[in-house]
Amino acid sequence: MLKATLKTKRLHSTQSVSDTPHLPQLSREVKFTVHTKTTLSSFQKPEFSVPRQHEDFIWLHDTLVETEDYAGLIIPPAPPKPDFEGPREKMHKLGEGEATMTKEEYTKMKQELEAEYLAVFKKTVQVHEIFLQRLSSHPILNKDRNFQIFLEYDQDLSVRRKNAKEMFGGFFKNMVKSADEVLISGVKEVDDFFEQEKTFLLDYYSKIKDSTAKAEKMTRSHKNIADDYIRISATLNSLSSDDSTANKKHLEKMSDLFEKLRKVEGRVASDQELKLTELLRYYMRDIQAAKDLLYRRARALADYENSNKALDKARLKSKDIPQAEEHQQQCLQKFDKLSESGKKELTSFKGRRVVAFRKNLIEMAELEIKHAKVRSSIQLYYICFIMCTNELQYAWGICKILCEQI
Amino acid sequence: MIVFSLEAHVELSADECGSSAHKDPSSSGPRPTSSFTQSPAARQPTSLEQLEEEEAKDSFDVDVSVTSPEKIGDGMNAYVAYKVSTRTSLNMFRSKTFFVRRRFSDFLGLYEKLSVKQSLHGCIVPPPPEKSVVGMTKVKVGMDDPSSVEFVERRRAALERYLQRVVSHPSLLQDPDVREFLEREDLPRAVNTQALSGAGFLKMINKASDAVNKMTIKMNESDTWFEDKFQEVENEEQQLRKLHAVVDSLVNHRKELCMNTAVFAKSMAMLGNSEDNTALSRALSQLAEVEDKMEQLHQEQAASDFFIFAELLADYIRMLGAVRGCFDQRMRAWQRWQEAQSTLQKKREAEAKLLWANKPDKLQQAKEEITEWEARVTQYERDFDRIGMTVRKEVLRFEKEKAKDFKSQIIKYLESMLQSEQRWFPEWLGYWALGIGKGKPCCVTTSDNSAHIVFQDT
Repeated sequence: MLKATLKTKRLHSTQSVSDTPHLPQLSREVKFTVHTKTTLSSFQKPEFSVPRQHEDFIWLHDTLVETEDYAGLIIPPAPPKPDFEGPREKMHKLGEGEATMTKEEYTKMKQELEAEYLAVFKKTVQVHEIFLQRLSSHPILNKDRNFQIFLEYDQDLSVRRKNAKEMFGGFFKNMVKSADEVLISGVKEVDDFFEQEKTFLLDYYSKIKDSTAKAEKMTRSHKNIADDYIRISATLNSLSSDDSTANKKHLEKMSDLFEKLRKVEGRVASDQELKLTELLRYYMRDIQAAKDLLYRRARALADYENSNKALDKARLKSKDIPQAEEHQQQCLQKFDKLSESGKKELTSFKGRRVVAFRKNLIEMAELEIKHAKVRSSIQLYYICFIMCTNELQYAWGICKILCEQI
Repeated sequence: MIVFSLEAHVELSADECGSSAHKDPSSSGPRPTSSFTQSPAARQPTSLEQLEEEEAKDSFDVDVSVTSPEKIGDGMNAYVAYKVSTRTSLNMFRSKTFFVRRRFSDFLGLYEKLSVKQSLHGCIVPPPPEKSVVGMTKVKVGMDDPSSVEFVERRRAALERYLQRVVSHPSLLQDPDVREFLEREDLPRAVNTQALSGAGFLKMINKASDAVNKMTIKMNESDTWFEDKFQEVENEEQQLRKLHAVVDSLVNHRKELCMNTAVFAKSMAMLGNSEDNTALSRALSQLAEVEDKMEQLHQEQAASDFFIFAELLADYIRMLGAVRGCFDQRMRAWQRWQEAQSTLQKKREAEAKLLWANKPDKLQQAKEEITEWEARVTQYERDFDRIGMTVRKEVLRFEKEKAKDFKSQIIKYLESMLQSEQRWFPEWLGYWALGIGKGKPCCVTTSDNSAHIVFQDT
């Protein structure tokens, strides 16, 4: 049994201690630690850890794609590069606006920025972990030699990576990349199952890509609102501290309210991001991997058809018939193998997708409910606080409003 | 506790100068702790509670509302007429309930008349909403599109708040122009309202400030109240402007969220249609429906962000401008007094010179002028003191009204937020329930710590 978990260490800053968080500039600055626990004898130890960079994951993915034996499998999509562009942009804006903000506002925005940075960090860890988990749970892929090397080799992989690259030369990669929808639709499909899958996957891919983009925009708006709440809270706070009239406590309460609301809004944004946007993004990539499988099969079919034509030609010319026959047999075998394993893969992919969607959508609904409850109780509390001038009236206020709600 | 002196002096000036158009009714009652003094320098502390009692006694029962905007005419000469309804128990009006139709320039005209008369006495005259050429042009073209509807509603609400502030001011309510505005069927059209566009109004306030800044003789305040309060007002105005800018940004972001949610919902629906697994397809379509409802709720939230929160701030930014204006009026009164004193001094010097030069006929004229200017100096000094008292009283009244206003608007804002929130909750609850295989929730009861949900059987 193979189990892989992923722990990450934050990069230690080599600069002197400063106020602004140090964001990774390049993906290799994020260092992962891959911790494996296994009962398989093919490994030297039952438990071990190795340091890895993002590029190592990409290397692993590419070698799997380029392995002909795996042509009939859906290769789990490569984890995307850690993207700290969002927090970095925000940090830039924060630096620019520092002069016009109060110290408190600046601190809060910095906190928000750090939270966002942490969220990106968590996301990137999750996505790298899922990649390894997919591999370790696949009956064929988890036996791959390179996968074992990835998990076990305790030296820096980058040296080995360079050598491996020379071996493969990226030939198959190019082949897959140059294949496009024209190739798939150009080939006459003999199998109903694959015909349906092709239509479905092409359509679904464009729809899910669209949904992912729209979900990202929605999440961005929530984040913008959370930032506005911070500034509103800070300005209300300065107004309140300078105020010497009866208005002072109203402004103070409003400031507190917005401070609490922005925390909720921030969480709404990040929960939506993780449960919805990430889900869509992941399956968009997974569907691309399934499409890649279809490309490979279509290529094999094209090869088979070409080999048939070559055999006919050979028979006509009465020349090189045995080679042509053998070639045709090989192509047929390859095509059949791809079709058989492809069918299995696509069917289990469907099931996997349905399960993952259901789990995430339910979790998202639960989180939205939690947020709605939190926001309601915050608002209720502040209404009572502002309306009433002492504790007794405050309690009475809560009861009154609750009764009206039922 | 706030300490101030005013009742004694207001009464004194009312007695001495005869009836003034803005006689304050609240000064007519007996004062338990005050005593009359001749000197403006004597301070008679009166507690805030006593002021509150007095105000409560004279609670004016006048309720105004501005409703039913109606487009009159066509093309570029079209305008919007509003129904101004009054409900009152005061006898000075022709009846208990009545209404008239007014257009925007009528409101501006009222403000012009009031500010000319009242601000000279240090009264804080509430400013009307700004003119908007862009907004009105759109309305002239057609009143049906959403941005025109929003514009007209915003203006209607702002005009209503403006009138409510005017009638709840004890001095302004007594002004015949106000009564005429509320009652008279045929109001003569106001001219020269160009000066009272948004830019024009600011120009007026700033002109007064400029005059003050150009004063070469700096006022020597024995009491720092005015200086301190002016500084407070300036700071507050600056902060409110900043806050208003952020709230504006919030409104825009929420409108964006609306749009993005709607677009996302459509995209989800399309994805649901593409999905070949029946159960998942239904889940995605239902998510699209929930997000559609979220869009409506974001829309409502954006409206209350704007109409309640942002407009409250905009009102008070304008009001603080008016407060600054009355401080400046006091400074101008002081300036007039100083200038009169220096003129008097010059006349006395001239008289001395004439005495020396021995010109009896010119001397007589000089003596007459001195008497005239002595009277003026006394008058201007009294004006200055009176305006100072009025400004203090006005500012305190303003602060009280502001606190009340903010409190009620904040509560309104929170209540609308809470109402929206209460509607999010069942939407997501329904979705979650369907997801985990139960039917639609058909009733929810909540108490302090728990929620009991009954599902209908599918």
